[in-house]
Amino acid sequence: MASTYAISAHKVTKKYGNFTALAGVSLQVATGECLALLGPNGAGKTTLTEILEGYRQRDGGEAEVLGVDPGKPTGAWRAKLGIVLQNASDMADLTVEETVAQFARYYPNPADPELVIAAVGLTEKSRSRNGKLSGGQRRRLDVALGIIGNPDVLFLDEPTTGFDPEARREFWVLIDRLKSEGTTILLTTHYLDEAQYLADRVAVIARGRIVAEGPPEAIGNRSDAIVGWSEDGREMSVPTNEPTAFIAQLGLRFDAEIPNLSVRRSSLEDAYLELIAQDRDLNGGDQA
Amino acid sequence: MNQNLIRTVPISAFTMGIGRVGIELKQFFRDRESAVFNFLLPMILLVIFGSVFSGQVLGNSGITFSQYFVAGMIASGILYTSFQNLAIAIPMEREDGTLKRLQGTPLPPAAFFIGKIGMVFVAYIAQVTILIAVGVLLFGIDIPRTPLAIFTFIWVSILGLIAFTLLGIAYSVVPKQGRGAAALVSPVVLVLQFTSGVFFVFSDLPQWMQSFASLFPLKWLTQAMRSVFLPDSAAAMEVSGSWELGMTAIVLVIWIILGALLATFFFRWTPRGKN
Repeated sequence: MASTYAISAHKVTKKYGNFTALAGVSLQVATGECLALLGPNGAGKTTLTEILEGYRQRDGGEAEVLGVDPGKPTGAWRAKLGIVLQNASDMADLTVEETVAQFARYYPNPADPELVIAAVGLTEKSRSRNGKLSGGQRRRLDVALGIIGNPDVLFLDEPTTGFDPEARREFWVLIDRLKSEGTTILLTTHYLDEAQYLADRVAVIARGRIVAEGPPEAIGNRSDAIVGWSEDGREMSVPTNEPTAFIAQLGLRFDAEIPNLSVRRSSLEDAYLELIAQDRDLNGGDQA
Repeated sequence: MNQNLIRTVPISAFTMGIGRVGIELKQFFRDRESAVFNFLLPMILLVIFGSVFSGQVLGNSGITFSQYFVAGMIASGILYTSFQNLAIAIPMEREDGTLKRLQGTPLPPAAFFIGKIGMVFVAYIAQVTILIAVGVLLFGIDIPRTPLAIFTFIWVSILGLIAFTLLGIAYSVVPKQGRGAAALVSPVVLVLQFTSGVFFVFSDLPQWMQSFASLFPLKWLTQAMRSVFLPDSAAAMEVSGSWELGMTAIVLVIWIILGALLATFFFRWTPRGKN
């Protein structure tokens, strides 16, 4: 059945020996949408991503990417995907332009290598060997190889790990541009500000299950604000939906000013940490 | 899937494979270890052997040691550029993610292997040209001129390269890590060289060693190369008293079939225990 979803997974399961990596994950990404997949290490993010990329076989459930079962990958299907894997260090002896030009030959409808190199900001490095690039430059080359084929769906697995803040900003602008061109993006990241900035929707995965899903500003049952202050030499912090009333009450306990008072809107990070803590309390024990 | 698609796939796989040869060669020569270990080593060995045995002749045959050993160095060059090169480079590419990245593109797997085979052939042609030039210039080696010798040289080289390329691809599953690959490949290469008449006169080796070496392609490759570089009369010095070119072809074809089967069944794109 043709769907408006570029990516869909239904009750996907995967086990490695006795370890359940995915315990029935259902997930949909609409065409043109950017979904960020968040979760602690070992939660199943990479397993899920690699099943959808056609690298791994699922044990059970249904999955479709661009209308094709990723468990049966074909060349024509791969031509429509762009994949940016984690921590690459391959092809160290080739130059940036040699690498990008080479990969352009694998796709039926490639972008201009020179333009792609410019888009990721590597024009000045195009004659450098890949092995001589800095971590951030190397990652931008990975992105160049991910988008050289003009993909309909782009998988980004922790794309900005090791970036300095400026490079991350530049990277976000690049991804924003791809989004505006209609590319569907599945982003895996540890940076919650990145998810907040780039993603239309966020899914939090813990212990192989989706524990929350929604727009970054509304995910989880988070409180509106976090009130912080100092008391008896300790840093206090309380989430509340009524910060004004809370501070009025708090003020009664102090003779003068409340020391180090702060009020901030609760962020995606607060919601995420709350969700992961809840999950841990519910299940006990450590993350595998 | 429609008919057109099925028909165009093999053509594009071949074209893409040829398109990979250049990039494979760049990586082969830019990696210093690979360039020395796989490309220059036969030249270095020829210079050492030629200098150690300078002017000495084999018994009363009038054949110089250099003339005898150049065949072994060329056969070793085939072993190095194909088997040793791929059995070390592929585990490294598997470990650093090159193979995984390629697997995620529309590049047909056949194109990857065509690129490797193309690289091996071009590297060997360059290597054997330099090797013979060194032999002629430094040690006065006679090069074969008869059409039959040249024909033998060509078909033996081609069959040897194909057999050892496939075996190199198959053997690339043995090293679990890229870093230790050389330690698992070099012993195989050295044992084959020592038992196959590369470093010693083959007919002087103990009989059990000759029998052992006869199971593998290198002995036949070396012997066939001797038929190219030594006069016909030297065939009498061989264990069987002849060059056994027919048998060489049979053994190499058997190893090509075996290598293709092993490579097909055992080749991996990702490290073990990771899917």
